[in-house]
Formats: sequence, structure tokens, C-alpha cells
Amino acid sequence: MKFLRYGYITGPVIGALWMIVAGFTIAVAMSFATGQAFRPNLLLSLVWGALLWPATMRAAGIAGPALAALLLVGATLIGVGPLIVGAGTSTVTAVICGLLLAAGTIWPVRLMLQDMPPGALTRHIFEHAVIRFLTGTGYVIFTAIVAIPFYVMVMTSLKNQQQLVQNPLDFSIDLSRGLDLFSSYVELFAQFNFGSYLWTSTYVSVLTVLITLLFSVPGAYAVARLRFSGRTAFSRSILLIYMVPMIVLALPIYIAFSMLGLRNTIFGIIVIYPVTTIPVALYMLQGYFRGLPAEVEEAGLMDGLTRLRVIWKITLPLSLPALASVSLYVFMIAWNEFLLAFMLLDDPSKFTLTRGVAMLNSSEIPRQHLMAGAVIATVPIMVLFLGLEKFMTRGLTAGAVKG
Amino acid sequence: MSTATPPKTTGPLARREARLAWGLLLPTILSVSLVVVLPLLSIFWISFKPIGLADLRPPAPVVRESLRGRPEAPGDPADLQYRLRNSSQDKPILGVTLTDTIPEGLVLGELDPRCSLDDATLTCDFGDLEGGQREEVEIPATVEAAYFENGIDADESEPVMTGSSDNILINGQFTLDNFVRIFDSDEFFTVLWATVFYTVFGTVGALVVGLFAAMLLNKSFKGQGFLRGLYLFPYVAPVIAVAFTWVTLFDPFSGSANALLVQMGIIDQPINFFGQRPLALIMVTVFEVWRYFPLSFLFILARMQSIDTDMYEAADMDGASPFQQFWFLSLPQLLGILSVLFLLRFIWTFNKFDDIFLLTGGSAGTRTLTVSVYEQAFAVGNIGAGAAVAVVIFCVLLVFSIFFLKYVSREEGL
Repeated sequence: MKFLRYGYITGPVIGALWMIVAGFTIAVAMSFATGQAFRPNLLLSLVWGALLWPATMRAAGIAGPALAALLLVGATLIGVGPLIVGAGTSTVTAVICGLLLAAGTIWPVRLMLQDMPPGALTRHIFEHAVIRFLTGTGYVIFTAIVAIPFYVMVMTSLKNQQQLVQNPLDFSIDLSRGLDLFSSYVELFAQFNFGSYLWTSTYVSVLTVLITLLFSVPGAYAVARLRFSGRTAFSRSILLIYMVPMIVLALPIYIAFSMLGLRNTIFGIIVIYPVTTIPVALYMLQGYFRGLPAEVEEAGLMDGLTRLRVIWKITLPLSLPALASVSLYVFMIAWNEFLLAFMLLDDPSKFTLTRGVAMLNSSEIPRQHLMAGAVIATVPIMVLFLGLEKFMTRGLTAGAVKG
Repeated sequence: MSTATPPKTTGPLARREARLAWGLLLPTILSVSLVVVLPLLSIFWISFKPIGLADLRPPAPVVRESLRGRPEAPGDPADLQYRLRNSSQDKPILGVTLTDTIPEGLVLGELDPRCSLDDATLTCDFGDLEGGQREEVEIPATVEAAYFENGIDADESEPVMTGSSDNILINGQFTLDNFVRIFDSDEFFTVLWATVFYTVFGTVGALVVGLFAAMLLNKSFKGQGFLRGLYLFPYVAPVIAVAFTWVTLFDPFSGSANALLVQMGIIDQPINFFGQRPLALIMVTVFEVWRYFPLSFLFILARMQSIDTDMYEAADMDGASPFQQFWFLSLPQLLGILSVLFLLRFIWTFNKFDDIFLLTGGSAGTRTLTVSVYEQAFAVGNIGAGAAVAVVIFCVLLVFSIFFLKYVSREEGL
């Protein structure tokens, strides 16, 4: 590794590697945005990237970067840049592509290689440069892998069959279609009963949250505060139950529900959902209750409150944030639940949203309907999540390694 | 002077506290045992039973009643007819009886030897009905004026049928066929291999990727909160939405991923990502990593942010380089949370069903044990074999859990 630790080697290498990362990113982004062909050229990327180092050195001043940007745009236009623009792409698009490339490489490389002398480097400076490169690459890659599926989901739902077959890459939006863009959504609500599924999912999830809290708050309090023989065994068995896979239970539940006539009823779903979430909620809440100062409750007891009044008047108000976290998490589980809904519900008038989306997965129903259904299922939980992100992340870290 | 000794028995106060605790826990214990413990026991029971999907509907006698002869005036003769059949083609029903109310004004003539009349109640005893057997009873009758005045038809009162059939779920018939069936097939080892591959690489991958993501965000900058929220999306979104998106994205005919790769010149032919043998398993594992890295990232980030920064300053002064700081300072501090996460994620990845079921349905070598439960029970229709696979899963999990409780409970102080 030692031979790398010279400014004149590290600089060009990092520049070249970054050019490849940026080239791929911009090629993918431009392809997805316009549907036209953009292809990164590895060899040219390496050469151009290596040249970024001298261009962004402090000695080059403003002129270096400006010249590099100009050259990059020009090279992209005549087809010798790091990105090969496919035939049939307009000049404007090519210029935009070149500008993006310049902006996406010159400034970051300058940041990565700042304070790096051209000669021998200390381990510190070298590793800092490498880390800055890795960090930048990390941001790009992570953002891409997370964002692309959601982008594809939303954009596909706004297309029509013909456009999808013609060019699966073209995700540009044809604004001239106006409100027709949302035709998939309109059809889902008008013909596929999605309004009713949305409502079913909402009230099933809310009821699940309420029932779960009703059961788990007293239970968690007992495990966290009260002394009784078998307490350790109990809190361990919560963890164990938390680990039993749903598919193992689903089979007997299916049989029992078939015999009791609970299959195909919302009532059955509302009976079964809370039981799957009670152990999680209990586990999360007891952790929180343990962290509350016992002295406050003891003061309440001394002042003549009963235990139940203490829970109601002291513990619950103090643990409102935890209750919010747990509620959100339970809501998320219930909203996203698929297996039980899939097995127990057959009647299209009683579907939850996830079951409704599963129904759309057939060869007779066009792709954009399926994606529109996915968007409808995702948006409410995302809105809730973004609005209450603080509670959500806390809820997730509190006891939720469950997937 | 006597020395104070702590009480050796539980006093009334302690007893009251314990009573209250059990009282608070009772609803939870009841509901959980009803839905978790009871099914677990029953799955063991079912796994030793030769039972298919069709056996869930027990055989029952079906009857049709009709008054033949079209009586129009008082005094007309008619025939009261009951036709029975066994709803099952192969299972007998024992002790079948029929009870029916005869409307006023219908006078029955000579009764069938199997039937008896008590006031207006007709009772017939058919004994046992073999599978697929049909029976018919015809009773001559005379219609009187009262029958027409009341306007009640003979077939308006539903005949009540009784009869017990041998329910496969609760009889004493046991078999080891289910286990023989699943262990004997060549497929079992393919399934086992897919499960091990998926679990190990899915867990490790999610942990490593999560660790990288946590390192990226373990600094404060503008937009850190936004990125953190964004990186949690895969986990928060409903599995059904993201799974179908992946299927759409990687579709061999109209998928954007293939179009992109072809256009960039990386591949010549579109690849069937979820339909080829080794690739499908890799893809579902990648999906698992993609979907669950947010969780490990969140936990690791929380732990990272609680590490004291003084230590790093001291290390800086001593000349430790950034990589050395990570390797010798951060990693040892994170080892605890990493091992807990590994164990938990390992168990839950092993349990995972929805993801693979939605992505490939278990085809192309991606059938794990959990998918196999569904496959056996519902696709093949052999509930017993499905239950047997579930028992295998449960036993493996039991081993994991014991291991988990031994190590993790120490970490978490439970």
C-alpha cells in the first residue's frame, strides 16, 4: 500500500475511480429520466478522471476547474468523454449530460483531494482522502439503491401499457396527458374497490393498535415493576414467543378458523392481528417502564393511590412517547401484514390493502395497476413515518429487530 | 435484644402484589396461549396425521325432502319423499337419523320400517351411511282439508339430520408418512441448502451493509436526518409493494434493469433474474439485504452515537490513522450490538416467508423451509406434510433460541 501514498498517485487514482462512479450514476439517472441511451466508457472515464487531479489542485485556481468543465462538456458532445451519448439524443440533452458530469466530478474531487500535497503523503492524509472518496461513493450508491425502486414504482404507475412496452427505460412524464396520468389510480378506486380496502386496512390497523395497548400495557407494567415468582421465566418466554415464525402458526390458525367459520371475516383478522403484536409491544414497553424512576410511583402509592390508579395517573402520562412509538410500530406491522390476510381472506369485498394488492398480481391486470396499488399501500405509511420519524426510529430501536 | 431478621415467607403484601401481577398478565397469557401455544401443540398433532386440505370439511348427510303426487284437493294421495346422500365419497357417517315435523293435515299411511311417528314428529334411523351411499324413504300419505287451509308445504320444515363422522383431526389414527415424505425426497436437501444460504448471507449482508450505512451517517451534516429517513424506506414500506416493484424492475421482458444493462452494453441478452437457478437465490438474498439493512443500520448508528468521542481525540493525538481508529476503537465497541443483531436477524431471516413467496413463489431453487410449509399445505394440499415441515422449523428454532437466550440475555441483562 505504501507505493500508493504519493500525491501524484493517490490523486489520479481517486479521480479516476470517482469518474467511474459518477459516470455510472449520471448514465443511470439520465437513462431513467429521458429513456435514451447513455453508456459510460470505462477506459475514457479512467483517463478523464485521472486528469481531474491536476485540474482541481489549488495551484490551478479557478481556471483549472473551469477549463476542465469546458473540456468535459465538449468531449461529451463529440463522443470522446467518459459518457457516450447514444445516437438520436438531442444536443441539449448531451450538453446537460456534460454539465452534470462536470458538476458531479470536479467539485467532489476537489473536496476529496483538498490539502493533499503532490509528493509523499502521511498515512493520515492518505487515509482521509480515501475515506472521503468512500463516503462520497457510499452516499451515491446507498441513495441510488434505495431511491430507484421507489422511483420506478411511482413512475410505472403513471404510465400506460403502450408506453411501458415501447421503452421500459423511459420514465419521463408526459405532462400533456394531464389528469389522465392518474388513470390507473382512478381505475383502482372505481373498479377494484380500493377505497374500501383502504378503509378496511385503516380500521383494522387502528383497532389492532388499541387492542394491543389494552393488553400489553398492564402486562408490561407487571413484568417491569411487580415482584412475583416466575417473572424472569415470563419475560424470557415473551422473547421466545417473539421468535416463533408466523408461517408455523398460520397453518393451525387456518384450520381452526375454517372450522369456527372465522375465515373470511374481518372479525377473525382483528382477533388474530393483536396477538401477533402483543409480545413485541410488551417487550418494548417493559423496557421503557423499567427506565422510569420508581420513586415517583412510590410517592403516589404513599399518597394513597392504588396500583391501578398509579398506572393510570403516573406511569401512563410519563410514558406517552413510548406509547406513541409502540403504537406507530404496531400500526406499521398491522398495515404491512400480508401472510395472514392472504391466507384467511378470500372474499374480495373484505380484503385489506395488502391482500388487495396481491390480487392485482395476475397476468390479466396491467403492470401499472399493480404499481399504483403498491403506491396506494405505501404512501399512507410513508406519510405517517416521515411525519413522526422521531417516534418511529425510537420505536424501531426499542425492541424491534423483528422483520 | 433480638436481631432483626428478614422474613423468610412471603408476607401478605408480597402475595397481594403477585396476585395483582398475575391479574394484569392474565389477558395476555390467555390470548397468547390461545393463539401461539395451542397452535404449536396442534401443529405437532397434525404433523402425525394423514390429512389433506379436503379433509377440513367433515362429511355430513345431505337430505332433500319433497311431496310428490301434486295433491290438489282434500283426499288426494301423495308421497312424502326424503332423499339422503353422504357428502363425502369415501368416508362413512355413523348413526344417521332424520327428524322432521309433519304439517297438520297430512296423514301418513304405512311407515317405512326405519321410521316412527310420534304426534307430528317423524323420526327415521338410517344407521351408518357408507361413503357415497344414497338412501331414499317414501311414505304414502293422504292430504286433508287442513293441509290446504294452513298453507304450509311439507318441505317447508327443514329436516334435522344427525350423524357422527370420523373426524380425521381428532381420531386416533397416526402416521409417520409426513416425515418420511419430506425427509425422503431429494428436494429436502435443496430446500435446506436454500434456507442456509438465504439465512447466512442475508443476515451477514444486512449487517455489513448496515454497518457501512451507519458509518456514513455517523456525522452531523445538513440533510443527515433526511438521508436517515430515506435509508429506512425499504424497511418501512409494505413488503408486498417493494417485492412487486422488484419483480417489475427485474422483469426479463419489460423490466427497466434489463433494459438499462443492455443499453450500457454490460449484457447482450435480458437476464431472467428471478427465474434462473443460482441467480434467483442470489437475488432473493440481495432483496433480503436491501430490505433489512435499515434495521441493523439504525441499531448500529444508535450504538455509534453513544460512543464517547474523547477516545477518538486521544487516539488522534497518539497518531492513529482513521482506519486504525475504526479497527481498534469502534469495532470492539460495536461487537456487542453486532452479535446481538446477528443472532436475532439470523433467527428472523430463517423465519422469513413473505419475501421469497412474493418474489419467486419458491421456484427456481429458492424454496426455503418456510415456503415449503405453504407449498406442501396449500399448493400440494397435504396439510400433514406442511405441518411436518413446520415441526422441523420449530425444532431448529428451539435450538437457536436456547443458544440465543444463553448469549444474548447476558448482553441485554434480561
